[in-house]
Amino acid sequence: MDWRDEALLLSVRPHGESAAIIEVFTPSKGRHAGVVRGGASRRLAPVLQPGSQLSVAWSARLEEHLGHFIAEPVLSRSFLWQDRLALAGLSATLALLAFALPERDPHPTLYAATQALLTSMEVEGWPADYLQWELLLLEELGFGLDLSACAVTGDSDDLAYVSPKSGRAVSRRGAGEWASRLLPLPPCLLGETPTDEAELADALATTGFFLEDRLARELGPAPIPEARRRFIDLLQRRAK
Amino acid sequence: MSDATREIEALIELMARLPGLGPRSARRAVLHLIKRRGQVMAPLAEAMAGVARNARECAVCGNIATSDICDICSDERRATGEICVVEDVADLWAMERGQSFRGRYHVLGGTLSALDAVGPDELGIPRLAARVAQEGTREVILALNATVDGQTTAHYIAEALEGTGVAVTSLAQGVPIGGELDYLDDGTISAALRARKRF
Repeated sequence: MDWRDEALLLSVRPHGESAAIIEVFTPSKGRHAGVVRGGASRRLAPVLQPGSQLSVAWSARLEEHLGHFIAEPVLSRSFLWQDRLALAGLSATLALLAFALPERDPHPTLYAATQALLTSMEVEGWPADYLQWELLLLEELGFGLDLSACAVTGDSDDLAYVSPKSGRAVSRRGAGEWASRLLPLPPCLLGETPTDEAELADALATTGFFLEDRLARELGPAPIPEARRRFIDLLQRRAK
Repeated sequence: MSDATREIEALIELMARLPGLGPRSARRAVLHLIKRRGQVMAPLAEAMAGVARNARECAVCGNIATSDICDICSDERRATGEICVVEDVADLWAMERGQSFRGRYHVLGGTLSALDAVGPDELGIPRLAARVAQEGTREVILALNATVDGQTTAHYIAEALEGTGVAVTSLAQGVPIGGELDYLDDGTISAALRARKRF
């Protein structure tokens, strides 16, 4: 068994003294792990940094084996490390993918969106793209929010809340006395440009609820990766 | 198997757990030790027993020492107002080999890691902030690894020390001594280009 593809490096773990087990996200194979011989060596360690874009060739005797990767660098994203917010965003993105994606299940749309997000991190204003990426992640994994119309009245205007139960939008009129039990639906969740970082933080609190309460609960006892919380904390501190 | 053979096998097994050694090289090392029992094995066993008895973490910086406070922290000449933050004792030793830093150190004992769920509380970051205030530190030099986790930790420390008035700097990143551009990864080249200086 063997294949070749482009890949985003999600994580690296030492394996023995000189090898490494890497996890990559590829368009055709999804999240996939494998051993890189000499992955901890001085030559390969700089290449195998989370967030790097690689060209990988995977081979194994049987498909269900862990297998071996031969990895070649395509693009290092170490230029993002100097920017505190971009590094936090990069870590949150990679950690969420490693946490949530099922192994060997292709998600080409999410892969393309992830590439676009990481490219956008070089310029100001990318946290709004991160929000849209989280919405797509939820959708791709079967927990998408339906924000097109009010779940109560069917109206498509004056949408202000999200139902924590159904993940559907609720209008101000439809919410009535239940408003305090609903999650906020800032305009940026509907694709508008956020007015400030506080609005963005509110929107990420809403997606965070579904990541935590739906996705993570479905996956097992492990909580949402700490890297996401650190990124949101940083955004909130900037909003103040 | 006789008792003597069993003891030797147990020693080989223990040696094989050391970094850089496998079962075959451990066997060779043990054979070498047995052949030079007087000159090598006995002094080695004595030295190891001594270190096992006395080695402890320096209460101030986290370095490994044989007393409560390590030699660096107890040396008044090294109270320069500079603290170099490193991830591990091995990094401290590497800095000391260079003999170019004459201040004191702070060993974190790891880095923030999303993968291993290591948070700020597991590292000595609050202890570092307390040291900076107590020792009248002027500069904190972040000598952390050029990895995602290393740089995440560096940003976290810089933020934790904001408002203390201390200057927070980090090691430069770029072309290593003896390095050839052709063999460098593009991340290092772009970091080196960003950190270029007037020649």
